[in-house]
Amino acid sequence: MIRLAGEHGLLVETGSLELSHRMDAALRRERPDRVEEIVPGPDTVLVVAPGGDRERLRARLERLLARERDRSLAAEPAAAAPVVTIPVVYDGADLEPVAELAGCGVDEVIARHAGRELVVGWLGFAPGFAYLTGLDPVLRVPRLDTPRTSVPAGSVAVAGPYSAVYPTASPGGWRLLGRTELRVWDVAADPPSLFRPGTRVRFEPA
Amino acid sequence: MIEIIVPGPYATVQDLGRPGYAHLGVPRSGAADLESLKLANRLVGNPEGLAGVELTLGSARLRFLRGAWAALAGAPVPVSGPARGAGMGVPFWVPAGAELRLGLPARGLRTYLAVRGGIAVEPVLGSRSTDSLSGLGPEPLRAGARLPVGPAAGVIAADVAPLPEPGPAVLRLLPGPRDDWFVPEALEELCASPYAVTQDSNRVGVRLRGPELVRAKDGELPSEGMVTGAVQVPPSGQPIVFLADHPPTGGYPVIGVVRAADLGVAAQLRPGDEVRFSTRLRA
Repeated sequence: MIRLAGEHGLLVETGSLELSHRMDAALRRERPDRVEEIVPGPDTVLVVAPGGDRERLRARLERLLARERDRSLAAEPAAAAPVVTIPVVYDGADLEPVAELAGCGVDEVIARHAGRELVVGWLGFAPGFAYLTGLDPVLRVPRLDTPRTSVPAGSVAVAGPYSAVYPTASPGGWRLLGRTELRVWDVAADPPSLFRPGTRVRFEPA
Repeated sequence: MIEIIVPGPYATVQDLGRPGYAHLGVPRSGAADLESLKLANRLVGNPEGLAGVELTLGSARLRFLRGAWAALAGAPVPVSGPARGAGMGVPFWVPAGAELRLGLPARGLRTYLAVRGGIAVEPVLGSRSTDSLSGLGPEPLRAGARLPVGPAAGVIAADVAPLPEPGPAVLRLLPGPRDDWFVPEALEELCASPYAVTQDSNRVGVRLRGPELVRAKDGELPSEGMVTGAVQVPPSGQPIVFLADHPPTGGYPVIGVVRAADLGVAAQLRPGDEVRFSTRLRA
């Protein structure tokens, strides 16, 4: 279903992150006229096209959605998303509490965090802040009861089903496993973010 | 160069914002009342998208270190200083060394000062706008800050522009995308009586207090893309109208979206004002 989001926006319900990413990739490849923003979410893709012909765009999005859904059902692989490897020094302040909550040792926390490929679901909260999906279920821990007033840039953290790298210093309530020297956000770079929706990410002990 | 002597309660540099980065978590930002910034720019012969100063509740003093043409639009403020013929909606010359003094607006919230050549601070991701949510762009203006002015181009073609007459504050909205998350009467309720603008409103959104909008669905909406003008309803049932610095994604359901033509009306609401919503196309 495609919902109206104001005069210039259409919210495409994809029902899955995988289909959101396929739609996002297809829309960036075949960008329809006047499309200014494409914002994928876990179940949706928002498309904003000021001054465009909304009904034409809606018809186009419906065709695209049907096509990408068919490809997805046919298990046709999505266009290869980039892979980013992130070296991490696992010395975070919450490493031991996370191990305790997970019921395992610190080494196992590191092995489970670095041991699999995660995928950027979407970005939000702050510029360049990516919600990384696919975290090992053992590492699903609640956020801190009281968020820290400042988390340094490059902090590698987990909360609930997600992991993240803090792109800039900001307040935050995620549990810190370590830090990376890799700059994931740089306004002078083009694109400014190392992550975009669909980017595959692998953490690696530094 | 323009030196800020007193910035007033909150002043920033704004242009038309940084579109195209919402998927990377970057708000669009830009002038909250885009039409007023564009008008001020046109009055001094600038392209509409050059950066100007967005003042909140006026009360500012600025010294022009070099003479320049300037214009004001948006919330009408009293103007004094040695600038001849200075006022709202007209281009006027500010001589070198002169101080432009702007008072408190009688109505409205945001006043835009355009200078011929535009404010030429360093752009970030293609925009000179201060993004109050994520901190991109120049710092909010402080006493002593100095703003460079760009080279003038084009001609000053207008000599006066009528300021829009204040009408009743009505925000026309299109229902959705998540009106079905509320009880069927909720939209009617939203439009039935006025809402009051609260103190904690800012460039992110206009926070309102009034009849509580009741949800039909429990649970949480997965985070999704948000448009400017979205009327987001948190669990309190009190709506928030998203302005220029709104987060690109959000998790509270949006009952309706304010029409683009009325975003300037929303941006000029000040704490204590009353505002009505309407789902009719004509206010």
